[in-house]
Amino acid sequence: MNGADAIVKCLQAEGTEYVFGYPGVAICPFYNSILDSEIRTVLVRQEQNAAHIASGFSRITGKTGVVAVTSGPGATNLITGIATAYADSIPMICITGQVDSRLMGSDVFQEADISGACESFVKYSYIVRDAKDIPKIFKEAFYIASTGRKGPVLIDVPIDIQQAPVRSFSYPEEISIRSYKPTVKGHAVQIRKVIGELEKAQKPIICVGGGAHLSGAAKEIRTFAEKNNIPVVSTMMGLSVMPTAHPNYFGMVGNNGQSFCNRAMNDADVIIMAGARVADRSISQPDLITSNKVLVHIDVDPAEIGKNAGPNIPIVGDLTAIFEELNKEEISIDDERWMDYLRNQKKQDAKISAVSRAVAGEKRSADEAEGTAPVCVDPKEFIRRLSSAMEDNAVYVADVGQNQLWSCANAVIRNGRFMTSGGMGTMGYALPAAMGAKIAGGKRQVVAVCGDGGFQMTMMELATARQYGIQIKLVVLKNNVLGLVRQYQHFNYHDSFSVIDLSGSPELDKIAEAYGMDYMKLSDEPGMSSVIEAFLADKKSVLLEVSVDPDEIA
Amino acid sequence: MKRIYSVFVENRSGVLTKVAGLFWRRCFNIDSLVVGETDNHDVSHMIIVSSGDERTLEQIEKQLNKKIDVIKVNTFDAAQAVTRELMLVKVKYNRSNRKDIMENCEIMNAQIVDLSGNLMTIQICDTPERVQIFLDTLKGISIVEITRTGTIAVPKCREQ
Repeated sequence: MNGADAIVKCLQAEGTEYVFGYPGVAICPFYNSILDSEIRTVLVRQEQNAAHIASGFSRITGKTGVVAVTSGPGATNLITGIATAYADSIPMICITGQVDSRLMGSDVFQEADISGACESFVKYSYIVRDAKDIPKIFKEAFYIASTGRKGPVLIDVPIDIQQAPVRSFSYPEEISIRSYKPTVKGHAVQIRKVIGELEKAQKPIICVGGGAHLSGAAKEIRTFAEKNNIPVVSTMMGLSVMPTAHPNYFGMVGNNGQSFCNRAMNDADVIIMAGARVADRSISQPDLITSNKVLVHIDVDPAEIGKNAGPNIPIVGDLTAIFEELNKEEISIDDERWMDYLRNQKKQDAKISAVSRAVAGEKRSADEAEGTAPVCVDPKEFIRRLSSAMEDNAVYVADVGQNQLWSCANAVIRNGRFMTSGGMGTMGYALPAAMGAKIAGGKRQVVAVCGDGGFQMTMMELATARQYGIQIKLVVLKNNVLGLVRQYQHFNYHDSFSVIDLSGSPELDKIAEAYGMDYMKLSDEPGMSSVIEAFLADKKSVLLEVSVDPDEIA
Repeated sequence: MKRIYSVFVENRSGVLTKVAGLFWRRCFNIDSLVVGETDNHDVSHMIIVSSGDERTLEQIEKQLNKKIDVIKVNTFDAAQAVTRELMLVKVKYNRSNRKDIMENCEIMNAQIVDLSGNLMTIQICDTPERVQIFLDTLKGISIVEITRTGTIAVPKCREQ
């Protein structure tokens, strides 16, 4: 047995089913050893996407994704994928091959200091110096990646360490790291305080973040909200913790969220931030959510509490464990006034958007009558109808840009899952992440929605999908521009558009054909329902091109 | 506001980079950083002096605690600790200022540890404030080289 065999044994011991990656000389011993195991490998077309696939896989299974790439450019290509996973706290093990340990530091061919380069994007990193340390390092790495605030862990393995003989292998059953003891159980005194505040509260609200998904706390949070009649809003990362139509749920906060949700946060007298970072895009003025109100901040990462807004009641711990505790308590909130007020606000808001939709529709009909209407589809209406027609537990993966904002605001999620690159905002995430979700979900319906910019960043993965028979349902909202940048330039640079033109993009029907996919096109609204139906019913991989007006605002 | 962080870390290669990198990436100040081994070979001890507003100082502690190689962080203000800094300063002297320098050394309890015809090296080991006071007395004298250790500190016995 050699070091590479030992690594594969570690992965088997951790129950790893898939390794996503791209080989090169420095990781060849590992990819040779893996042939003798039942672990399945997926060859991507660019290393960054291996991390995105692992991320999508992890988000659906809750398991730690595993990626293995070679040294030098293989490793550096992976960095954006690692940073994306880190920003969204996705558990991941990234194995990178490294040059011979005796040559490290001498700038030999395909050498890169990947652990140094990734230092601020990983939860922890290792350089393996001795093959006998492999079991301990992998046990620690999986433990670190998947506990506390989850995240990617990098393991850099020089080729000679992979080739070195290993006399005996025993995988540690338990691990104890003296400097790493994440808190799971919330402090009982703090939990009592929250109950006390809620009993006094007249306008309580819960704001859920991505932590609720990571902890698997959706059920406990729903129960808590229902039982105590507390309204819930969400950050972008927390979308689909609550079904869109849940009577206690009101929508997304933040500068891309619904304005009445932000007002609700400002009006509330007790805010429970649950697994949310109080990040700039969700809470643009942290001072407002702390003035004249009690802020309860629950997070597994103590460093997030008080980073952007000073809480009155901090609770460190795992959301599921804490909401289980909270659910044991009886709180008497039977005041319907606050909930009624918010429901009313939501209705008003819906009315306003219905009116603006009607106005837009009238203008469109008039333009059509005059023959000046651009041939295109309202992306918001399209997303509403697409998501409403999706299966009950479907996975909706949004890319980054206008498509993401339209998706966040309009996607209807029932018992499915919404996911996107919320923290890093990495364009091109949707396609590979949807592939990972599909691998994880099996028969579960997975739909990726992206723009024509993001699509072209990772479209090479269509080959990976074809090779491994991963069924893809891909929507490309095509407006031939970088829509969100164009929109930003429209508002902030008075239509002085710079470097946003995507003309030269390939014909998507030909792309679909080249990768053996079905192709559909939607360029005006009358055919929408039947195209969506056909798209969702298609048993093959399918690309749906949707023409969108570049002037459309998200 | 200044604060002292007494940080016990795993004595492994790369840990200093990780800690220093954290300060750099999160735009925290490092006023001084001293590292040495402890009585346990596996554990190193860093004394980091930083400055900033209350929220930043609290974040520094939390972010340090988040680093997996960090075993323990204690924080305190200078008033709660015994602090020391060692400075070696090499100056050019002449007949007219030699006596003044020696007198200042005597007042401040600094020692002349090396000497040649026109150069002398002075050592002072004292609180960071007194080291600075001594340095100020050398204004007007030609300084050839200064080297300072940065602050080391332990909490006062009655604080524990």
